[in-house]
Amino acid sequence: MSLANTQSVAEIKARNKELIDEVLAVYPEKTAKRRAKHLNVHEAGKADCGVKSNLKSIPGVMTIRGCAYAGSKGVVWGPIKDMIHISHGPVGCGQYSWAARRNYYIGTTGIDTFVTMQFTSDFQEKDIVFGGDKKLAKIMDEIQELFPLNRGITVQSECPIGLIGDDIEAVSKTKSKEYDGKTIVPVRCEGFRGVSQSLGHHIANDSIRDWVFDKISPDAPPRFEPTPYDVAIIGDYNIGGDAWSSRILLEEMGLRVIAQWSGDGSLAELEATPKAKLNVLHCYRSMNYISRHMEEKYGIPWCEYNFFGPSKIAESLRKIAGFFDDKIKEGAERVIAKYQPLMDAVIARYRPRLEGKTVMLFVGGLRPRHVIGAYEDLGMEVVGTGYEFGHNDDYQRTAQHYVKDGTLIYDDVTGYEFEKFVEKIQPDLVGSGIKEKYVFQKMGVPFRQMHSWDYSGPYHGYDGFAIFARDMDMAINAPIWKMAKTPWKTVPKPTLMAAE
Amino acid sequence: MTQNADHVLDHFELFRGPEYQQMLANKKKMFENPRDPAEVERVREWAKTPEYREKNFAREALTVNPAKACQPLGAVFAAVGFEGTIPFVHGSQGCVAYYRSHLSRHFKEPSSCVSSSMTEDAAVFGGLNNMIDGLANTYNMYKPKMIAVSTTCMAEVIGDDLNAFIKTAKEKGSVPAEYDVPFAHTPAFVGSHVTGYDNTMKGILEHFWDGKAGTAPKLERQPNDKINFIGGFDGYTVGNMREIKRIFKLMGVEYTILADNSDVWDTPTDGEFRMYDGGTTLEEAANAVHAKATLSMQEYCTEKTLPLIKAHGQEVVAFNHPIGVAATDHFLMEVSRLTGKEIPEELARERGRFVDAIADSSAHIHGKKFAIYGDPDLCLGLAAFLLELGAEPTHVLATNGTKAWAEKVQAVFDSSPFGKNCHVYPGKDLWHMRSLLFTEPVDFLIGNTYGKYLERDTGTPLIRIGFPIFDRHHHHRYPVWGYQGGMNVLVRILDKIFDEIDKNTNVPAKTDYSFDIIR
Repeated sequence: MSLANTQSVAEIKARNKELIDEVLAVYPEKTAKRRAKHLNVHEAGKADCGVKSNLKSIPGVMTIRGCAYAGSKGVVWGPIKDMIHISHGPVGCGQYSWAARRNYYIGTTGIDTFVTMQFTSDFQEKDIVFGGDKKLAKIMDEIQELFPLNRGITVQSECPIGLIGDDIEAVSKTKSKEYDGKTIVPVRCEGFRGVSQSLGHHIANDSIRDWVFDKISPDAPPRFEPTPYDVAIIGDYNIGGDAWSSRILLEEMGLRVIAQWSGDGSLAELEATPKAKLNVLHCYRSMNYISRHMEEKYGIPWCEYNFFGPSKIAESLRKIAGFFDDKIKEGAERVIAKYQPLMDAVIARYRPRLEGKTVMLFVGGLRPRHVIGAYEDLGMEVVGTGYEFGHNDDYQRTAQHYVKDGTLIYDDVTGYEFEKFVEKIQPDLVGSGIKEKYVFQKMGVPFRQMHSWDYSGPYHGYDGFAIFARDMDMAINAPIWKMAKTPWKTVPKPTLMAAE
Repeated sequence: MTQNADHVLDHFELFRGPEYQQMLANKKKMFENPRDPAEVERVREWAKTPEYREKNFAREALTVNPAKACQPLGAVFAAVGFEGTIPFVHGSQGCVAYYRSHLSRHFKEPSSCVSSSMTEDAAVFGGLNNMIDGLANTYNMYKPKMIAVSTTCMAEVIGDDLNAFIKTAKEKGSVPAEYDVPFAHTPAFVGSHVTGYDNTMKGILEHFWDGKAGTAPKLERQPNDKINFIGGFDGYTVGNMREIKRIFKLMGVEYTILADNSDVWDTPTDGEFRMYDGGTTLEEAANAVHAKATLSMQEYCTEKTLPLIKAHGQEVVAFNHPIGVAATDHFLMEVSRLTGKEIPEELARERGRFVDAIADSSAHIHGKKFAIYGDPDLCLGLAAFLLELGAEPTHVLATNGTKAWAEKVQAVFDSSPFGKNCHVYPGKDLWHMRSLLFTEPVDFLIGNTYGKYLERDTGTPLIRIGFPIFDRHHHHRYPVWGYQGGMNVLVRILDKIFDEIDKNTNVPAKTDYSFDIIR
């Protein structure tokens, strides 16, 4: 059980500060100095969380972060279903990221849809020595022959590409011409670029701008008649069907979703997005770039929203409706009212089982703040959170709209820090990724993967919240956690500071 | 509305509701610029044809759905088999996130490993500073007994010299001068994960035996009666290592397992996270030089390691992931020959029980055709076992298999009349396998989790044996080596066969006359 409930905010702050000092003590001096800037105790009223972010990870500390390739191929481009994404370089990157992210889609895989496949140039030593451009060109020919219904190709660069001086842009241009203007997108998302997945998101966004938007002929006839209610969902990867349980709400309130970026998305949807009246942005971190671009170039406003938990969903539906006329505003109210009984029933069932439970989070670039409301709807409290690859604007949003006074903040947390924090704070639940899951479960702490929804989901929207609530309950209240301690081994009771 | 608070619908039910089905149909029609369904159907059928197969097999550049990973994964796998050892991968950090995730998804265990987190500046100036800082941080934070260094392709392309870097890091005080930091260059663009295992194992043994990179005297071999045992990269390492130890104990063999990762990937949930658990002690690793002989269960995981060991004067014997009666017989008799220990009656009885089990069930397997893919040694082990069962390993495919491997598989085919119509496919991928399954269908497919896509597309029932297995739990706890391990493989195959028979005979009043209660 959490100790937090019995402590005052001042006590919690003191304990958290002490904890930070304690973990810093293990580092060599130079490292301690650098890490200190990424750890803090949140002070209510501050404009941000008081931590540095989006800086290089320190060698040897066991960062949880990935790379730019993961941000581009794994996140932004990979889910575009009717294009073939070549993992360009050695075999590993594509292999480890093969179908691992649960971007759901509908389509005939291998024929007109390719998401859960691993296309790789499988670089050998000779490709490193002599360059891989000829091989890449040949790969594109072979793709055209064997997968004729593909709508386009992207080249997802792995580390060696940028180091050996390959010209993937030239190959892409040549082949595009050869195949009647086919969309072929070279992406410079080599893993050594930047400090995390984040730069890969940005590079991928820019590649859509340069190689998709800028190639659309201005006189090309639209594929559909525009309406005043056309919106695009930006930054939903349809993990476990998230974008679907979101889309249904937008449509029920009277909007028309013309594109999904990028979960269950298609090239046609990317191309149609500049026709949207509003871009609704879920994952700000990974797709704010393209949203800003569309605002500047096409005058499309964008609006962040949060579809985790009924409070934030209602707030978001109203916020989105605010961009439209009364018909849509009424639609939003109708949708909120329609789902109210379901939400009441979910909360009535699960809140009593979860009330007062504490959570520590460490996720990517959005969820460390976005899911907090959903936990609060269930009466739970987030006592620590941090971003794997967030920037300062993420921490600002976190401080201003989400976290409570005294919350422990840890940016790019190291394996050591996270373990120690959880060990001392003893939350009732930890939400993080696959690499963290078993560490905490061994410690007897319930855990949910908050990248993949632990193979469950969707968690977005009203339908998703029912699953979210059920999953948090089954994680925390599974009988097995009472059995972690061996009964015949007695453990001395922890001495509480307050007991003195 | 389909969702329900009392009976929460999961993704696989939720989206089948009419609201969602309608929504998805509209999305497709209105916005996806979909292909004509007739055209999709035409291409889908065309992709099953011999004509497509021919084009598919003519591929020279593109790889689709390969059954192999890259070297550093094998390096990490080998390194954690040593006591208190943390793998340190020099290069880009994203790679390490991938290895850790991949291994955790298979074993359902934590997988600790660090990166030197090289970025653009290191690409220009080299990663020496990353090595210096990285070793110091890892040493202080995680208090390992040993740090085993390997490389990603980034470090290899820019040509970082591990030996020199580690030396410099020690001079700068990152770790004590006498601290063990073995290393291996493991470029991802050479070989596969089994090569990385090999290079790392060789690197660690060289470190301990050959003077710790010039910082200590080379060990003088003083032969004793022990044997060394190397498992290779093996998804069943937890169950297999324990089974091998049990067998050695029964035989009274004195042994050293080199890279014993059976504990670190099977730690208890008891309130404590063990970053390190079990493993070959560093002392044992050093003393292994004195052993009489070294056995490798996987030839292709030890192609460089065994010659090194042999050069130190030991006899070396390599197997090919032995599964089944004859392969286990051969393994045990070799152990017996090398150690002079007799094979005890208990093992003879286990053998008899295994033969008994095969005899009981053989009618259901005899003559069935199988396709197998996986790592080179596993393919050899499984092919030999299937032949022993009277089955036909019709297609045997290893993306990381070489020509020499293919010849070896052919020799296995040639050793049995059941191997007559069987073919081996070195260097091919699972998209090739897809064509094989369409044009030359078999009864069952044996492979890892990715085989489920082949099962879906071709209807060939998948028996999950290999690495990784992500979508079934706990298989890695059960051995496939030894007679008892063979029994596990037999049962796994039989269960699938019987499930399929039942599935094909369960339509009431139509096919269920064959829905037999006794089989």
